[in-house]
Amino acid sequence: MRVLGIETSCDETAASVVSADGVLSDVVYTQTVHAAYLGVVPELASRAHAEKLASVVQDALDKAGIEKPDAVAATSGPGLIGAVLVGLSMAKGLALGWGVPFIGVNHLEGHLLSPMLEDPAPEFPFLGLVVSGGHTTLYLAKSLGDYEEIASTVDDAAGEAYDKTARVLGLGYPGGPLIDRLAQRGDPLAIPLPRPKVKGSQDWSFSGLKTAVRQRHQKFPGDKPEDIAASFQRAVVEVLLQRVRVAAKETGVTRLALAGGVAANSELRAAAQAMKGIQVFLLSLIHI
Amino acid sequence: MKTYLDDAPATRALGQQIAERSYPGLVLALQGELGAGKTTLAQGVGLGLGVKGRVRSPTFIIMALYEGRLPMAHADLYRLGDESELTELGLEEHLSHGVTLIEWSERFPQLLPKDHLELLLEDDGDGRRATLTAMGPKSLALVTELQALR
Repeated sequence: MRVLGIETSCDETAASVVSADGVLSDVVYTQTVHAAYLGVVPELASRAHAEKLASVVQDALDKAGIEKPDAVAATSGPGLIGAVLVGLSMAKGLALGWGVPFIGVNHLEGHLLSPMLEDPAPEFPFLGLVVSGGHTTLYLAKSLGDYEEIASTVDDAAGEAYDKTARVLGLGYPGGPLIDRLAQRGDPLAIPLPRPKVKGSQDWSFSGLKTAVRQRHQKFPGDKPEDIAASFQRAVVEVLLQRVRVAAKETGVTRLALAGGVAANSELRAAAQAMKGIQVFLLSLIHI
Repeated sequence: MKTYLDDAPATRALGQQIAERSYPGLVLALQGELGAGKTTLAQGVGLGLGVKGRVRSPTFIIMALYEGRLPMAHADLYRLGDESELTELGLEEHLSHGVTLIEWSERFPQLLPKDHLELLLEDDGDGRRATLTAMGPKSLALVTELQALR
């Protein structure tokens, strides 16, 4: 069974052929049209997907050495709706033309299960931390299709907090890798930043952290940007993993899988691996 | 009208009071820098409209729609490119029948109806200051009611 998978929910046009033996091909085209806007612009995203998708799909089939898969899957949401529709329509059209089944896949479920592409793969049940520009959610994955949301952000996604902090520091977009790189040279204890908590709840809030960075930056413009980056990153990683610790204690589940764009963050990966009593499953960077 | 807000709950309460007096076609132009409290205020408006579920930052998705006593739209136009993308967004269709909160509306001033409510949030000591400016008779009536509460 070889499945062609298509993903266009944000700013990457991606196609891949997967079989029981693993990933046969993996083609990703990252849109660069957004950099000038400091974010993903939906209309630009869908236009760029429409332009690139056919060649990306052809490339994925060629690299896998097949002409026709046994099924076609595509991200069916949530995401930027215009962008999602480009991939979904292409996948449905191909499935119809080839006379093979079409499978719609929830974007977050795709993230959550992506660590299962790795060897070793996490066994059910596991805790899945999905962190990206649009989402920050901790799931308890009990079995295929059975997931419980344990915690989520009440305001900004962690990746959005990275983007906005990068905006405050005048670094550019996307903020994640830029801040991560800058933070390597900074002192994570140099700048006191809050570890925001949501009253009466175990959810996350990242809006206040972004505000604190902006206010600090205005009050002390002489702070070194690398120290702000490092201190901000330390705060994000700490609150994310603190919630994981509580969830592991509450559920007794000690396997943790990291997924989503922020799972590429070097400090999050290192700090997760350093957690005592938790077995961490990381995605290799090419699969994020 | 100017009012001082001690903290996030006070900011949310102002949003709630606005929502309780809102009418179809109310447009709030939210102003203030990054982290000034715009999403917090929007959460209060959502609460006051009886929106179920969370009101989160719309920055990533540009516009979020919620079901409440009146439909609520919350948009952040910071990352929008040009007018054609604004049309694509479908925000204009929402303006007349729901409650609409717009961040960075100054990028598209022609979008706002004449009678809208401008709401500026700024840091002030440990809290923040909200400045409400009514731009027409309906929004003025709302601000007058709010003023009576303070």
